[in-house]
Amino acid sequence: MKPNESKFELNGDYYSTRFEPSGSETGDTLILNMGPQHPSTHGVLRIIVELDGEYIKKAEPVLGYIHRMHEKMGEVKTYMQYLPNMGRVDYLHALAWNWAYVGAVEKLTGIEVPQRAEYIRVITCELNRICSHLLWWGAYLLDLGAFTPILYAFVDREKIMDILQIVTGSRLTYCYYRFGGVSADITDEFINQTKEFLTYFKTRIPMYHDLVTGNMILRGRCEDIGVLSVETAKQYGATGPVLRGSGIAYDVRKVEPYSVYDKFDFKIPVGQNGDAMDRYDVRVAEMTESLKIIEQALESLPDGHYINPNLPDRIMPPKGEVYYAVEGARGKIGIYIISDGTAKPYRLKLRAPGFSNLHLFAELSQGTLLSDAVSILGSLDLVIPEIDR
Amino acid sequence: MLKDIGKTLIGLWSLIIGLKITGKEFFKPWLTVHYPRQEVKNLNTYRGHIELTGQETDPWKPKCVMCGKCAEICPSGCIHIEFHIAGEDDSSQTEKILIGVGVEIPFSGKKFVPAAKIERELDIFNLNYNLCSLCGLCVQNCPVDAIKFSKDVYLAGRSRQDFEYDLLARLKGQG
Repeated sequence: MKPNESKFELNGDYYSTRFEPSGSETGDTLILNMGPQHPSTHGVLRIIVELDGEYIKKAEPVLGYIHRMHEKMGEVKTYMQYLPNMGRVDYLHALAWNWAYVGAVEKLTGIEVPQRAEYIRVITCELNRICSHLLWWGAYLLDLGAFTPILYAFVDREKIMDILQIVTGSRLTYCYYRFGGVSADITDEFINQTKEFLTYFKTRIPMYHDLVTGNMILRGRCEDIGVLSVETAKQYGATGPVLRGSGIAYDVRKVEPYSVYDKFDFKIPVGQNGDAMDRYDVRVAEMTESLKIIEQALESLPDGHYINPNLPDRIMPPKGEVYYAVEGARGKIGIYIISDGTAKPYRLKLRAPGFSNLHLFAELSQGTLLSDAVSILGSLDLVIPEIDR
Repeated sequence: MLKDIGKTLIGLWSLIIGLKITGKEFFKPWLTVHYPRQEVKNLNTYRGHIELTGQETDPWKPKCVMCGKCAEICPSGCIHIEFHIAGEDDSSQTEKILIGVGVEIPFSGKKFVPAAKIERELDIFNLNYNLCSLCGLCVQNCPVDAIKFSKDVYLAGRSRQDFEYDLLARLKGQG
């Protein structure tokens, strides 16, 4: 047999060979696949777990089922042509990826962004963040066995998508930001609907708390489950609400403010214990903070151009490299571009926060019940297309 | 012991509060629409596949100046344009110029200026909607606003060919 020819395994594939049933002392463990098709994994994530009774002895995520070569695609497309890809990396917070990419190219090329465009970006990106957290909220509770909350979450999510549809024209995979601004100006309809939504959503958050947060069943499923220590979080490079749940107030919007985020007054919610409940609390509190940001941005929305009128015909950044990071709903999104002075990037690296957060699962789920592992997996808020890229 | 009972009571109360909310929602009006009989209100903001726009004087003639900027910028290469110089026999294949991705069309400065004063006539403007990712770069990049988004929401087809549009024919067939 040739060295690189894969061998057909009757008892599983290459990844499962690392799980030897005979390797355990007693030999009565069960090796189980969670996914790629499983109701508790969001998308095509596969986790191999070794179970002793109902307890997890070892877990290992297997990636690559939805790998689409986004990084390689960046090398064969021009800077402009790569824009629509960004809406498809993380489809739940597409605008943050849009922003990370245009931000990186703007920084490298030295394109100025008008103030109005920056404010529009803040408003739309925060709306998108609420949208993403709402879906997580609904889906997480669905994982835990509560069906109703996702319907409430979708009612509000629809409203946000309607608002974003006015300016972007699409509902999920947005391609709205452009180098030097955004593709369309916001309209009065957009502003009015956003203001309406702000007042409406403020009444919804207390309802969410009454419906779910105080619920004894949820507390039983979340409290002291998947406790993530600060050291572990740092080792794995966790960011976003997962890290903040462990008590570190690390948010790119605050620690290295990009765009106009330093002009807004908002708090970074943090947890204390680092369990699933803390991560839940952080995300729900973040929705309130996002509302505050949108409110302030709408109040101080400046006039002017929505896109830089003096853009070059072709985006040809000079030789060099650039790193640009923004805060997405799942954590720090980073884009690293190396340019060789041509119309196409020489190399493009996407730093997906979900990738780092997912690998915490192997650590957190050790020794827990299988049903608790589902709770842990949900609390990490994973979007598989972003992890696989 | 007392603590446990208290905890249980608080927990049970949380369930009652939850049920109260669900009960209230139960009597609220429907939020969904019954699709074939009703439609959602915001279909006008939908951004569908591209469509050619006609000239003000002659709505059946496209505004397009055949610069090929849309085909050049398209990330998935779904636009195909062919044209011929006016006055010459359009059946002669040698005169036809095919514009694809990467082919440079002469233009100077920011605004598109046709090389010399050559009248061109559009023969083919095809869109392969199978490949399109609706990014809208072509519409934004058009120097003369010759492309717009359609509001076609309800698209369904039986084959791949159903989504290969001849936009010129669509323009001539409208209204």
